[in-house]
Amino acid sequence: MDFFGIPPQALLGQLLLGLINGAFYAMLSLGLAVIFGMLNIINFTHGAQYMMGAFAAYFLLHYLGLGYWWALILAPIGVGAVGVAIERTMLRHLYKLDHLYGLLLTFGLALVVQGLFQNEFGSSGLPYRIPAELQGGQNLGFMFLPNYRAWVVLVSLAVCLATWFLIERTRLGAYLRAATENPALVQAFGINVPRMITLTYGFGVALAAFAGVLAAPIYQVNPLMGSNLIIIVFAVVVIGGMGSIMGAILTGFGLGLIEGLTKVFYPEASSTVIFVIMALVLLVKPAGLFGRTA
Amino acid sequence: MPEPLLKVAGLNAFYGESHVLHGVDLEVGAGELVTLLGRNGAGKTTTLKSVVGMIADRRGSVAYQGHELIELPSHVIARLGLAFCPEERGIFASLDVGENLMLPPEIAPGGMGLDDIFRLFPNLKERLRSQGTKLSGGEQQMLAIARILRTGARLLLLDEPTEGLAPVIIEQIGACIGELKAKGFTILLVEQNFRFATEVADRFYVMENGRIVDEIGRADLDRRRTDIEAYLGV
Repeated sequence: MDFFGIPPQALLGQLLLGLINGAFYAMLSLGLAVIFGMLNIINFTHGAQYMMGAFAAYFLLHYLGLGYWWALILAPIGVGAVGVAIERTMLRHLYKLDHLYGLLLTFGLALVVQGLFQNEFGSSGLPYRIPAELQGGQNLGFMFLPNYRAWVVLVSLAVCLATWFLIERTRLGAYLRAATENPALVQAFGINVPRMITLTYGFGVALAAFAGVLAAPIYQVNPLMGSNLIIIVFAVVVIGGMGSIMGAILTGFGLGLIEGLTKVFYPEASSTVIFVIMALVLLVKPAGLFGRTA
Repeated sequence: MPEPLLKVAGLNAFYGESHVLHGVDLEVGAGELVTLLGRNGAGKTTTLKSVVGMIADRRGSVAYQGHELIELPSHVIARLGLAFCPEERGIFASLDVGENLMLPPEIAPGGMGLDDIFRLFPNLKERLRSQGTKLSGGEQQMLAIARILRTGARLLLLDEPTEGLAPVIIEQIGACIGELKAKGFTILLVEQNFRFATEVADRFYVMENGRIVDEIGRADLDRRRTDIEAYLGV
């Protein structure tokens, strides 16, 4: 059984790869969307923070002997705390300025962080093993499904949906949405909006670090892992539209799949297809597929 | 005279370089309904916003129950028992009516229960799942008032609650404000609609160019009517 002359193993294999890439796109663009909604800042440090999550996992293992499962919890907390410090000391001075200033500051920070890691660890990447519980895979008959990859897709879906639920369906989320629209009024109701902004940034950064830990066994731990990914993630965000939570999730997974399909049907375009879509979306619907025009 | 609930003295406020309030003095006693009158741009809204801490650059003194508020951030001020209802109503588009209503956190016991609120504003109960900004102007105003009644705040600052509303809705808002007063809320009201203000207020301050220029008691209203018309330019 072939689809347009493509054996199903190849098709499904690429779709799975697309789904895994999509899982990372979704988690990272979700964090960017949350941060942008609340802080009005395009967090270009996101890729570096994702990389720091992977390195945190590596450090925890090599210096403290704490394995993957600990890293999934501790790395986001640690890197999130660094994010909180960045917000407190730097970003908070930029909220009243144009988006561009936040973008430039976070872009500069990303380069500094990346440079420091590269200086210390080189560019070849450090190995990080798949945890014992998730080694091996399932033979589905038509393809072999590595357990770890299935886990990444499932856990990122769960994290994305939990974040969506938190923001769209809870009281805390109502504070966040309201503060996105009119922070001064929400604060005048008695809510500590500056603290909420700090924690939101910390949460978005923690999400990036969490994705970094998930990525460590797949892509290795490499100082440049974030900068490679973040450009694509920004394209995903532009396509989905800034500020829409569900939009970020759907676009992330969707574009991962499209990229996978392109690898099957026209491999030459696989590394550019997302940017072609971005250009088209910008021309037709500049606010993005799910974006609200202000 | 007992210490007033709210005592504003020598209040100055600035928007960047522009000096908007030039030493505002006013007092509101517990249970009183005081109205700020004045033309557009006189500084009425800025006065309310300065009291609740929404104007970053403000100087002078704002005392609530003897607490000095001038240095406090707005979320701390709110927790002392002040609630603000903005002129533009501030209904959140990304929240439904129920979420808008439940948004302001409870700051003290003794807030109005939902049953009482729905008795005052029956329209809201039927629209709880609608998007906040899909309500009519009048319903949005009711929602904006309703949500600050829940919180246990005792001093309500209402900025032009009748602006742009139909007479029948204004009447409903007036009845509501009367009922709030009867329940013991203290209210500082900004109002352009002088007729509406005379029906509900105990006392009036007139503002011009960022200053209080006159104070008129309810009893003197008839005698001072021509002065007031001159102030408001009607």
